[in-house]
Amino acid sequence: MATTESISSADLSEQLTPENGSKISCRGVWKLFGDDAEGFLADYSGAPSTEAIQRAGLIGAVRDASFDVGDGEIFVIMGLSGSGKSTLVRCMSRLIEPTAGEVIFDNRNLLEASERELTEIRRHKMGMVFQHFALLPHLSVLGNVAFPLQVQGVERSKREARALEVIELVGLKGRERYYPRELSGGQQQRVGIARSLAVEPDIWLLDEPFSALDPLIRREMQDEFLRLQNMLHKTIVFITHDFDEAIRLADRIAIMKDGEIIQIGAPEALVLNPASDYVAEFTRDIPRAKVLTTGAIMEPLQNRESLRGRVSMHSKIAEVSEQVVAADGDVAVVDDDGNMVGRLSRDTVLAVLVGKSASS
Amino acid sequence: MSTVLASKEALAGKRSHPWLVAWTAGLVTTVLLYAFRDYWPWAWQYPREWNVPLRFWVSDFMSWLVNEFDLGLFTFKELTRSLSWLLHWPLAAAQSLLSAGFGIELSEDEMLRLPRLSWLGIVALAVILGHLARNWGLAALTGSCFLYLALFGQWDSAMVTLSSIIIAVPIGVTAGLLVGIWGFRSARVEAIITPVLDLMQTVPVFAYLVPVLFLFGFGPVAAMIATIIYATPPMVRCTMLSLKLVPTETVEFGRMAGCTRRQLLWRVQIPSARPTLMVGVNQVIMLSLNMVIIASMIGAGGLGFDVLSSLKRLQFGQGVEAGLAITLLAIALDRLSQAFANQPPPEHREQPTSWLKRHPHLGIALAVILVTTGLGVFVDALRSLPENLTLTTGPFWNDVVSWVNVNFFDELDAVKSWLLLNFLIPVKRFLLQLPWVAVTGLVALAGYQLGGWRLALVSASLALFIAVTGNWEKSMISIYLCGISVLFAAAIGIPIGIWAALNNRVHRVVQNIIDTLQTLPSFVYLIPVVMLFRVGDFSAMIAIVAYAVVPAIRYTDHGIRQVPPDLIEASRAMGCSRLQLLRRVQLPMAMPEIMLGINQTIMMALAMLVITALVGTRDLGQEVYIALTKADTGRGVVAGVCVAFIAIIADRLIGAWARKKKRELGLA
Repeated sequence: MATTESISSADLSEQLTPENGSKISCRGVWKLFGDDAEGFLADYSGAPSTEAIQRAGLIGAVRDASFDVGDGEIFVIMGLSGSGKSTLVRCMSRLIEPTAGEVIFDNRNLLEASERELTEIRRHKMGMVFQHFALLPHLSVLGNVAFPLQVQGVERSKREARALEVIELVGLKGRERYYPRELSGGQQQRVGIARSLAVEPDIWLLDEPFSALDPLIRREMQDEFLRLQNMLHKTIVFITHDFDEAIRLADRIAIMKDGEIIQIGAPEALVLNPASDYVAEFTRDIPRAKVLTTGAIMEPLQNRESLRGRVSMHSKIAEVSEQVVAADGDVAVVDDDGNMVGRLSRDTVLAVLVGKSASS
Repeated sequence: MSTVLASKEALAGKRSHPWLVAWTAGLVTTVLLYAFRDYWPWAWQYPREWNVPLRFWVSDFMSWLVNEFDLGLFTFKELTRSLSWLLHWPLAAAQSLLSAGFGIELSEDEMLRLPRLSWLGIVALAVILGHLARNWGLAALTGSCFLYLALFGQWDSAMVTLSSIIIAVPIGVTAGLLVGIWGFRSARVEAIITPVLDLMQTVPVFAYLVPVLFLFGFGPVAAMIATIIYATPPMVRCTMLSLKLVPTETVEFGRMAGCTRRQLLWRVQIPSARPTLMVGVNQVIMLSLNMVIIASMIGAGGLGFDVLSSLKRLQFGQGVEAGLAITLLAIALDRLSQAFANQPPPEHREQPTSWLKRHPHLGIALAVILVTTGLGVFVDALRSLPENLTLTTGPFWNDVVSWVNVNFFDELDAVKSWLLLNFLIPVKRFLLQLPWVAVTGLVALAGYQLGGWRLALVSASLALFIAVTGNWEKSMISIYLCGISVLFAAAIGIPIGIWAALNNRVHRVVQNIIDTLQTLPSFVYLIPVVMLFRVGDFSAMIAIVAYAVVPAIRYTDHGIRQVPPDLIEASRAMGCSRLQLLRRVQLPMAMPEIMLGINQTIMMALAMLVITALVGTRDLGQEVYIALTKADTGRGVVAGVCVAFIAIIADRLIGAWARKKKRELGLA
């Protein structure tokens, strides 16, 4: 179909690197579990095959992961359980020591940092949210949120003032004196989020933060998360096993399988051009209209005069479908400056809406 | 038809054939070795001249340690001396506070005497603590336990005992915590600590006393050291376990927050591990109380001394009263520490501004103690309860005993003699006639069948150790007494456990009874037994059964209750009657758990066995007891280790069996 052409191979390769320059990057990160993994990796000059890893009795949790996360970007790592996504995010903060590779953060390799430097980096530049909240049961909400500051030795009045600020930010004002067990799951994770933000981190790591919550609450928390990000513009690495969640939140998604990243791209690109059947399997049930933008499926301009109305090339199909379907002709697609860049026909939009694949 | 039969045979044959042959061969060999005992006497009774004089080596080593060992800056003797000097201070302070009062020398002949804490204040303190830990119900319980101590004239002794407990417990807890942390942090340390703990928890208490007596002498400090050594191991275990149980994510959070190693431990891991740690604290308290009577053998004084001396003089009334006092003290401290351990995590509440309102319990407690003790300076009755107000039940108990003995002597004696003649003595003879080579071989065979060649090797070498150190005969007597007791305990405990599992009301009643039984110090069981049956194997057996029956009940109950409910529903749907359900489904599924209960029963029986040496058995326990009276370290330690080895063999074999069975049933 015509739409496949609009995403050229040049567009896809562009998506491997972020637009605003990278904040944190992984270069050839490996994590093998088992005896003498370093020696094994060296024997295979850093690139063993799946079979070789199995034969050696090792487990390849992360294999040769490379990517960049841009400043202010939401980078989602998506994979099923056992795909190595949680190990990868822990390699990025060295909660788990990678077997090989580099993690570049602010132009330096974290893997070369000493224990003390690492502690300093974690104290001031990183925040992490956990799947099961990991709140300290003996501390109140205030105590939990202030804990990272307390560890740094910030004096009591200052750290509590800051904690109250973030508690208000996540909408828990009035619950400062509550203890974790008195809160619902969603509220507990709000505490987890507030706590990870208390130190104003540069990098925000979220490890399946909403997976333990009910679907309705999960949805609410996703909106809350986007609201916060609109205010804070953090650099985010977000882990999930839920492709819908990835699509909803991500600027770009990396899909992992058996320890390997098999595709990186914007949600739209994954839906239009899945790199393998495995990725296609995830994208199949995704409502395309909510992912695809007009710009991605528009057709070349032919007759400017017959166009009725105009839509932005960044709008999702779902947002403009009503307008296009109701119009008695093709609709013009314009870029940010108002220049016409293509046209959108009723048939194309309907095809997307009824789920006929726009990509294959 | 024929194929069905054939396959059935094949199934049966394939399963049991080689083991059946092996066991038959083993038993035949045993009989042959016995039949030809005149030709190979060495294989029947272990020859005396083959004994390895291990006990003398141990004794020599201990003497060398005490007399000659020099650590460079100071000698070993100086080390033990300074250790007891160090421990003597807090103990003395606690004793002055609770029992003796303070005497401060102002000048040559002037003494400033400060009174001890008033009994009324301490009873009130027990009430306040009970209320703080849970509610008024617990407050009433702890209050009345302490009130008993005062009313029945046990106060002075009880306070001596309490003061050694309140010093021993914090030391034991701290030491256990630190060692546990060390073991948690280093896998190598853990690998060393774990078998040492296994051994420490299976070596009978008496065996501790001998080297402690040798190193630290006779007196309250030595008794306290023995108590600490005995009570600390569970704390070490609980610490390692509880730290491992802290969720990975919580630890990761701590690291991500930038905690240093120390911050991570004290601010994240230890607070998160609190519930399991508190179980450890409770264990330390209970074991310390369990030691009260035993420690009085090396000079602890207090209630333990009262029990021991009245037992020796056959003054049952006083013995019962003092024993009851220890029991009540144990119940009060157990329930208090459990209530503190199980306190729900904190809840938010308004923070009042005044100090008293924020700490109402502490405030009231301080006030009551200060007022009662202060008034005690002027009012004698507040210092100690006037004697004409105290009660005594001593004569009553003495009357009960003589009444029973007058009216039921014949009946009791008939039962006792019948069992002795027809059961106990024949079993004992049989075991003593068994060729030691054959027994060792059969133990190895069982080990091989249940857990492979490693277990076979371990069990056989432990059995060999017993023979080689010259304790075979005494061990056989121990096994006989312990085995028969376990048999009786199982015969009583398993049916009760089944009944409790099937009936909720019975379950609650039984649960309460066995919880209380488990709080009783093991020694207390001896008092009524000796009163009714005098000394001897029979009395020992009754005491052991009473003490060791609890796990048989508890594990049976638990094992049957944990059978998956859908399995029971499925069996009901297939039309099982209640009896069939029990026999074909619940009992087989609960079997591994029941066997673990029997395992615990054996462990407790062995622990009690040594204590029953006091009522005149002739086994390893007696050996340890004699060593204690003679301060013969080698003899005591070696005999104690033999008891531990019997326990370890039983534990490993039964444990392997239960694990195998659990795997087969898909319960693991």
